[in-house]
Amino acid sequence: MKKFGGKVLFLDRADINTDEIIPAKYLTVNTKEELKPHMLEDLKIDGFAPRDPAVLASKVIVSRANFGCGSSREHAPWVFEVNDINVVIATSFARIFRQNMFNCGMLAIEMPEAAINELFEHKGAEAAIAIDFDTDKLTISSGKGSKTLSYQLMEFDKALVKAGGWVEFADAKY
Amino acid sequence: MAMTLAEKIFKTHLKDEPFPGTKVLNIDVVLCHEITTPIAINDLVARGKDRVFDTNRIKVVIDHVSPAKDSQTALQGKILRDWVRRHKIKDFFDIGQNGVCHSIFPEKGFIRPGNTVIMGDSHTCTHGAFGAFAAGVGTTDLEVGILKGVCSFRDPETIRVNLNGRLPEGVYSKDLILKVIKTLTVKGATDCVIEFHGDVVKGLSMESRMTLCNMAVEAGGTSGVCMPDEVTLDYLWPFISGDYKDKKAALEEFKKWWSDEGCKYAKVVDIDVSDMEPQVTFGYKPDQVKNVTEMAGTLVDQIYIGSCTNGRMEDLKIAASYVKGKKIAPLVRAIVSPATTEIFRQAEANGIIKIFLDAGFCVTNPTCGACLGMSNGVLAEGEVCASTTNRNFNGRMGKGGMVHLMSPAVAAVTAIEGKIADPRKFRKEAI
Ligand code: SF4
Repeated sequence: MKKFGGKVLFLDRADINTDEIIPAKYLTVNTKEELKPHMLEDLKIDGFAPRDPAVLASKVIVSRANFGCGSSREHAPWVFEVNDINVVIATSFARIFRQNMFNCGMLAIEMPEAAINELFEHKGAEAAIAIDFDTDKLTISSGKGSKTLSYQLMEFDKALVKAGGWVEFADAKY
Repeated sequence: MAMTLAEKIFKTHLKDEPFPGTKVLNIDVVLCHEITTPIAINDLVARGKDRVFDTNRIKVVIDHVSPAKDSQTALQGKILRDWVRRHKIKDFFDIGQNGVCHSIFPEKGFIRPGNTVIMGDSHTCTHGAFGAFAAGVGTTDLEVGILKGVCSFRDPETIRVNLNGRLPEGVYSKDLILKVIKTLTVKGATDCVIEFHGDVVKGLSMESRMTLCNMAVEAGGTSGVCMPDEVTLDYLWPFISGDYKDKKAALEEFKKWWSDEGCKYAKVVDIDVSDMEPQVTFGYKPDQVKNVTEMAGTLVDQIYIGSCTNGRMEDLKIAASYVKGKKIAPLVRAIVSPATTEIFRQAEANGIIKIFLDAGFCVTNPTCGACLGMSNGVLAEGEVCASTTNRNFNGRMGKGGMVHLMSPAVAAVTAIEGKIADPRKFRKEAI
């Protein structure tokens, strides 16, 4: 299983699409590592700079509704993976992105808007999130205190994460 | 129990239900292109699993950057070509005979009602126009599809969209789907199949239906679908005539896939199209849609007619009917990219290519190219493009560029005016 948790990158906007996560011009690479310097290169949010050291030190992304919409490119989870970000927490995900995350053994955690708002209260305060995969709980802590919240995953998605991804799961089973 | 078309396909293709709510389906057709497949191939090779589940059910095209623009894209093509040769995959369309994936595969008759189809491409939903369950997937799903012929999905819910009324002059299927996306929003159909019904849909050609289904994903939909009927049958008949006693028998078979009376829909949306205007997007999301009268006058730098949404023969004909005998405005550039080699050949034969050339258009070979900002018409920072493609995301056709999505009719008159214009104010010429 991958390692989950660490410093949080808050992306306070809905409908962040996979073109913004990794522009099409980088889809010509033949290894995931080559994607690394281009994470979120075309994302426009006030105050966000893709090469900021704080961005590069992040391990968890917290965002809003419909995260990962648009192109099916799995390069989007991959660019997170090679930057050591294995968890995205959002109000909702686009289907293909969400499936791609679990297929890679990564976590796409959907939480109700109220819970996401609670997480966002820690923005700007050096927040970190710890994930307890076995009990489906996460704890956010920052200068503003700490809080533990529950989340839910589909059983299948949990199984993919445990197996290390869909290729391993499918190959063992079908 | 009354079932939707998608539920029927799930039932007949069920391989396994590993956990409640998750279904693993047998896949009939796995489609591949050179952008998302090479990494899957490399991974299979690295795992020592360089195998394919069925050479006859894998269809391959080089379309996104065609011909290759640099060493990296050349390498992607090479990995794909070598793989095709190694596994003796016969349905492979290389440059000179290729086309944009979601245009060429239907043109070859590969997609049939009731099929399950996957591809490492989000607009795979296009093929639902034939009454198939066709879904875009990532590279890992594609890889498992290639290896095992299966793919996992959550139980599908279905949204029913009824398009009724009389389609006004100058309003086409692209306008309909932009209106639907505006109504549903960019996430309104997530994890859902969108079924298109109503008199308007019954009267649409397969090409127009493909345009409708193509953009289902822009509302978050897994697949867009139309019920397979006489129109579907006529389109497919050259490919399937040997499989049925007669057309009547084929149609009976097709109708088995239709959603049953009384089946369960997550939502039903009714749209009367009779008073609709042509639609154009503003902003960076496909649900940011306005009537053309509100957008008219917006200056543009480039006009692009092509892509898996609107690069088919019908689209070129419509655009040419507005362009014929006219010139594009000074200071704009216009590009038309026929979606497949066959379309190019036909457009050449019936004089449509000449109409575009005479008007000052650049005509390119079939490729995705500019649609995803890769080649053949990438925008510069600050430039504006009037485009018949499907995504207006920030940077989609080039970093810092702005894209307005529209029908081929709006794009054609925009080319003539040099600013977004209303096709209803222009005369159409016979083609
Ligand atoms: S034409 Fe555009 S949207 Fe269609 S498959 Fe090609 S890149 Fe994707």
